[in-house]
Amino acid sequence: MHLSVALDGAGWHPAAWREPRARPADLLTAGYWTDLVTEAERGLLDFVTFEDGLSLQSSRFGEPDQRTDQVRGRLDAVLIAARVAPLTRHVGLIPTAVVTHTEPFHISKAIATLDYVSEGRAGLRVKVSRTPHEAAHFGRRTFPPLSLADRGTPAAAQELADAFDEAADYVQVVRQLWDSWEDDAEIRDGATGRFIDIGKLHYIDFSGRWFSVKGPSITPRPPQGQPVVAALAHASVPYQLVARSADIGFVTPHDSAHARQIVSEIRGAQQHAGRADEPLHVFGDLVVFLGTDAAAARRRKERLDDLAGAVYTSDALVFTGTAAELADLLLAWQQAGLAGFRLRPGAIPDDLEAITRDLVPELQRRGAFRRAYEAPDLRALLGLSRPANRYATLAEDPA
Amino acid sequence: MTKPLKQIHLAAHFPGVNNTTVWSDPRAGSHIEFSSFAHLARTAERAKFDFFFLAEGLRLREQRGRIYDLDVVGRPDTFTVLAALAAVTDHLGLAGTINSTFNEPYEVARQFATLDHLSGGRAAWNVVTSWDAFTGENFRRGGFLPQEARYERARTFLRTACELFDSWHGDEIAADKQAGVFLADPRPGRFSHHDAHFDISGQFDVPRSPQGRPVIFQAGDSDEGREFAASSADAIFSRHGTLADGQAFYADVKGRLARYGRTPDQLLILPAATFVLADTDAEAADLAHDVRLQQVSGATAIAFLEQLWNRDLSGYDPDGPLPEIDPDVGEHTIARGRASVRMHRDPLATARDWRAKAAAENLSIRELIVAVTGRQSFIGSASTVAADIDKLVQADASDGFILVPHITPGGLDEFADKVVPLLQERGVFRTEYEGSTLRANLGLEPLPGKAVPVQSGFSRAAS
Ligand SMILES: Cc1cc2nc3c(=O)[nH]c(=O)nc-3n(C[C@H](O)[C@H](O)[C@H](O)COP(=O)(O)O)c2cc1C
Repeated sequence: MHLSVALDGAGWHPAAWREPRARPADLLTAGYWTDLVTEAERGLLDFVTFEDGLSLQSSRFGEPDQRTDQVRGRLDAVLIAARVAPLTRHVGLIPTAVVTHTEPFHISKAIATLDYVSEGRAGLRVKVSRTPHEAAHFGRRTFPPLSLADRGTPAAAQELADAFDEAADYVQVVRQLWDSWEDDAEIRDGATGRFIDIGKLHYIDFSGRWFSVKGPSITPRPPQGQPVVAALAHASVPYQLVARSADIGFVTPHDSAHARQIVSEIRGAQQHAGRADEPLHVFGDLVVFLGTDAAAARRRKERLDDLAGAVYTSDALVFTGTAAELADLLLAWQQAGLAGFRLRPGAIPDDLEAITRDLVPELQRRGAFRRAYEAPDLRALLGLSRPANRYATLAEDPA
Repeated sequence: MTKPLKQIHLAAHFPGVNNTTVWSDPRAGSHIEFSSFAHLARTAERAKFDFFFLAEGLRLREQRGRIYDLDVVGRPDTFTVLAALAAVTDHLGLAGTINSTFNEPYEVARQFATLDHLSGGRAAWNVVTSWDAFTGENFRRGGFLPQEARYERARTFLRTACELFDSWHGDEIAADKQAGVFLADPRPGRFSHHDAHFDISGQFDVPRSPQGRPVIFQAGDSDEGREFAASSADAIFSRHGTLADGQAFYADVKGRLARYGRTPDQLLILPAATFVLADTDAEAADLAHDVRLQQVSGATAIAFLEQLWNRDLSGYDPDGPLPEIDPDVGEHTIARGRASVRMHRDPLATARDWRAKAAAENLSIRELIVAVTGRQSFIGSASTVAADIDKLVQADASDGFILVPHITPGGLDEFADKVVPLLQERGVFRTEYEGSTLRANLGLEPLPGKAVPVQSGFSRAAS
């Protein structure tokens, strides 16, 4: 089983920062993030993800709030990942990047560089943004206000399809740029004075509905060849993005039947996209509140709910219980076709440590989780081979 | 009355993608692996340098329609590698070159504010303006910006970014667990900026960083570039590193400050400089010549000539005489993505000078190019080099230097071991870092932070 954690501020519960062991004054420091990722690595996790967005966190759907009782303000996720990379050795680092307002050229070289500074542990989680207020931070495009009521109208459906089509183009460009240098392009040939063999650098000449990118990248092909690409998906359109573009899809099933149904939908879309033979992992997302007994875990979550003034709910299943109970659930969902899990700790460090110090040993006892890091890079940890370069031989599909 | 000794500022420039960098040397290491960046940064910090510096170019250069392959090619993403270097250094400033044309203020501001947080106040931004359509082909907007608008965009980009940096004052985060108050202000980071280039508003999402904003560098050389630096920069990265040229530039730029209500100590002049060290001055002179030959191969000499001539000269023998034909003074088409090409402001006159020099000294193409391009700034024994650096700084040719080693990553080691102690003995270079931020180590005043009342300040949104 593959296991990862999703890091976000003081944890996923809006009152997590008020827990006795929380460090709300440290959220903008390098030391805080280094401690969390080091803890994840101590637990032999496959990777951590870093949440991000291009606006302040908000409790409201698609617009800012004015709350003063929750964590607000954050750091760029790619740079947090880079800052912790030299201080860790095995755990994968997957920052979130918003594709809608950023340049695929910049993100491609940023993640390639993350792969260099981490020696092969980089990934990228892509996210779309459709909110008017994030668009106003850039001033280059406008989006109509989002309301839950509009969901499902033809206009909203078109918006959604466009957003994810653009994301697919974006990932395509990012990936082509990663391949725009062949692995052995640097030759340092003293006889001819040539540093590179320009026959092994490739213009990508991408031209699409939203942007055109010439290439090649300014950064040589990263150590993993293709860093791991992930996306979170809750519905058919984003499932198609996962199926077309990603190595890992994060999904939010409510039970194992639902998990089976989502996996089957993604597999169908994968087939449809012509990627049936390529490995694509579907990971289940869960928010977890763990305790030494089920009642203690529940009490802790209720205490946080009281502080927050509302019962915490999520797009993902909210689990409260013991590490052994969580292990039971994960093993059952694994049977439904999930390759692994991305656990969102309700509160940090309590639930992060419960994952690394209680859940992991529990899974190890059941023979379901590694006892040591066994592979040299993130792709290998995930059982993904190093892909051939799409430009390396003419025999390969140049797309 | 004697003037007090000026303190010298020194920085380490990671070797660039140009022919200063000798990649063919057996000691030359990787230009992309992190270990090379970490090595140079650690050497610079061991030597108590002010900062580490990274240049940037967003499109691989081309010549004669092909990617230029004679120099080092390929480099990392600036922000990402600087954030990683923050993990392996404690005091060293981290300066990144970031373009104001193919970026947006909100994103760049959050990247620099993040870098400043993650380095504990060591971030610097070299604002450059490369605007060309050739580079634009890698970006959403293409070549959208006319050359003459480059500094207008840079100025307003920087102003907008500063409004974002200043949108948090530093006292918004209460993080009071007992009271349940995380934020002291329900709407922190408000900004609103509307002009011809940027029409943006909302709330910035990165709280105020240790330095308030990154230290600002500027590296353009035109009159407009100098004016931009005088109005807005904390330091200039210049090409004017010799005594007379340096003094003229120094006086020119520092003379522009009063107009903006600024004093000469608020803008540091730091030219790029190269060096060759040996046990004796004579050995260093020989070594410098050998390095020049490594830097200018026959193929590189032809390539340089083509950049002036604006013609395909691949048929010429680098060991033979200069071309008889004149440069093509039409639109420059031979080399693309190379800022230095525009330095040849009068190609016909330069070609005439080069021919005259080659004839007088009986020089081949390669010998001529060795003679007219980039002789090293400092050549000699450690004591000669220390004395020369000190002399230039005390004579107001600069406030220090951004040193560009020609070998990656070990090219600064000897300088750190031999020259820096001599500068320290002279009492002109620190033996310990003065402060925890780059601003403090550069001797720049801290920016006003917390005290700003929420209602006022030029950057506050009206709402
Ligand atoms: C010493 C020096 C270093 C420079 N480094 C860069 C660089 O790394 N990347 C870049 O895009 N431009 C670089 N430039 C170009 C300028 O910053 C500037 O944006 C460009 O030359 C246009 O402005 P100008 O006409 O005022 O020179 C450099 C210029 C100088 C003088």
